[in-house]
Amino acid sequence: MSTHSSRLAARMMVAPSVVLLLIWMIVPLAMTLYYSFRFYRLLSPDRTNWVGFNNYLWFFNSPDFWLALFNTLALVGGVLFITVVLGTLIALLIDQPIKGQGFLRILVIAPFFVMPPVAASIWENLFMHPQNGLFAAVAQGFGAQPILFLEQYPMWSIIGIVSWEWLPFATLILLTALQSLSSEQLEAAEMDGASPFARFRYIILPHMTRAITVVILIQTIFLLGIFGEIFTTTQGGPGSASTTLPYMIFKQAIAAKDIGRAAAGGIIAVILANIVAYFLMRGLGRNLEN
Amino acid sequence: MGKIQLTKVRKSFGEVDVIPGIDLTIENGEFVVFVGPSGCGKSTLLRLIAGLEDTTSGVIDIDGKDATNLPPAKRGLAMVFQSYALYPHMTVRKNIGFPLKMAGMDPAEQDKRVERAAKVLNLSNYLDRRPGQLSGGQRQRVAIGRAIVREPAAFLFDEPLSNLDAALRVGMRQEISELHQSLKTTMIYVTHDQVEAMTMADKIVVLNAGHIEQVGAPLELYNFPRNLFVAGFIGSPKMNLIEGAEAAKHNAHTIGIRPEHITVGDGPWEGVVGLSEHLGSDSFLKVAVEGLGTMTVRAPGEVHARHGDRIRLAPAGKIHRFDTNGLAI
Ligand SMILES: Nc1ncnc2c1ncn2[C@@H]1O[C@H](COP(=O)(O)OP(=O)(O)OP(=O)(O)O)[C@@H](O)[C@H]1O
Ligand SMILES: [Mg+2]
Repeated sequence: MSTHSSRLAARMMVAPSVVLLLIWMIVPLAMTLYYSFRFYRLLSPDRTNWVGFNNYLWFFNSPDFWLALFNTLALVGGVLFITVVLGTLIALLIDQPIKGQGFLRILVIAPFFVMPPVAASIWENLFMHPQNGLFAAVAQGFGAQPILFLEQYPMWSIIGIVSWEWLPFATLILLTALQSLSSEQLEAAEMDGASPFARFRYIILPHMTRAITVVILIQTIFLLGIFGEIFTTTQGGPGSASTTLPYMIFKQAIAAKDIGRAAAGGIIAVILANIVAYFLMRGLGRNLEN
Repeated sequence: MGKIQLTKVRKSFGEVDVIPGIDLTIENGEFVVFVGPSGCGKSTLLRLIAGLEDTTSGVIDIDGKDATNLPPAKRGLAMVFQSYALYPHMTVRKNIGFPLKMAGMDPAEQDKRVERAAKVLNLSNYLDRRPGQLSGGQRQRVAIGRAIVREPAAFLFDEPLSNLDAALRVGMRQEISELHQSLKTTMIYVTHDQVEAMTMADKIVVLNAGHIEQVGAPLELYNFPRNLFVAGFIGSPKMNLIEGAEAAKHNAHTIGIRPEHITVGDGPWEGVVGLSEHLGSDSFLKVAVEGLGTMTVRAPGEVHARHGDRIRLAPAGKIHRFDTNGLAI
């Protein structure tokens, strides 16, 4: 299947879709790049001109930007940490032979089917609400003051909500990995004198590294662009405490109607995503081989 | 150092009594082979001894100590699995050294023992490879290496050679036998293979539906099968079993005669050759004998008999006699 002519034919046949995808990607990117060097506000559309790197400089000089950058990375890192660790533990738990296993698994998967703004609303109003929320009721039950989650710990709250949404995905992938581990390997390790922890550390975890890598890579792609949950709950506040890069771009584009700055923010986001991807692939790419 | 005693050991999975109750003593240093038809409980019995399954009732003594409720690691036994169960992400060195590492042995000593085991098993050149980069026979040796380094009281093998091709099997069979001779450790070996059982065992345990049918040395089972099941199971091709008038002549309900104990030429029985297989060293003939049914005959060398030929047969060896309950008389 790799004679000279078959390879040529393969390339020719793939070409149209590759070209289409390239255009699909290049055109918006080029336009964003173009606008990022322009002064272009929708409130004064006739006053447009080249401004060089001013739009970028505005971001770099804005203290909000560095906070947003930090928040974006904190959101990605925090959610990854929580979903991978909890996902592994839950997968280990629901892999045990117990009654009602099928039902339990459906329960665990359920949050994934809830749309992000809905999930965020549920959390905001049913759990974290200082008067009506479940957490407030529990706190009051213990005679404590309700915690103002979204006001005092906005970033933590959003990390919590997003983790809740993504936990099922991580659990599902890690569970299938766990189920593909041959029981004879575990039995062999047991005979070799490995304690339950040692079996996890030396047999189960290495077996799951590839699945964990896949979870991290896929989630990172989606988590970098998280927007709906923030929009529904904190709106980036209080102040800019829970503003991430995508939310900051949204504020420039829709609230300030400044297309130039929003485009510059978009380019910065693309660069950030590439930097993250580079380090992820350097750190984890090896796990995907063979 | 490796005496294993089972007393009334029973195992059921839910409703099903897989092993209804077994008494068995395995002496120190013995090579014991479990044989029996598929599904008769060989693996289950081995796993009970290993501690990978809990007994439903009964007692397992290892070295005179009650081990019934000990976890596998505490029993001092090592097991070699049919699928080898090597750890795929570890090198051969780490695989073999894993039990030592788990025992908390110091790394220098670990290395020494791994090197020694690798030398015995001809694995020295492969220590830094992963299991995925080894052939079936080499993987098998790694699995054995992982068992040896622990210096266990006994080795348990569950059909260790069944994934290998015929030639490699013969080689590994001899290697395991030699290993037993040099280590003098108790070995319990499960197999389907007649030849493995006959050539390797000090003692064969024939199992059927969770029962022990007979225990004995290979030739003892061959020469003096205690009942019809053992008579039919041990020996290849199978013993010819004849009922009716011919058996009554010998004062038995059933008589058995092995294919190699029938000669072709002159004799009291006459039949038509159905199938003939010529192996060079032997010829196997299926002969339809009037009044007796189909008989299998094993004749040495080349026999010029073909499909449809009429030939005469004579018994020339021991005739085994069985009563109505299938027990040997
Ligand atoms: N975990 C289990 N649950 C229920 N039944 C089981 C279980 N394990 C084994 N069995 C049953 O116990 C019987 C004996 O199984 P076992 O694996 O010991 O057979 P075996 O003699 O090793 O057969 P083979 O030669 O095919 O390997 C079989 O009928 C099998 O269906
Ligand atoms: Mg078996």
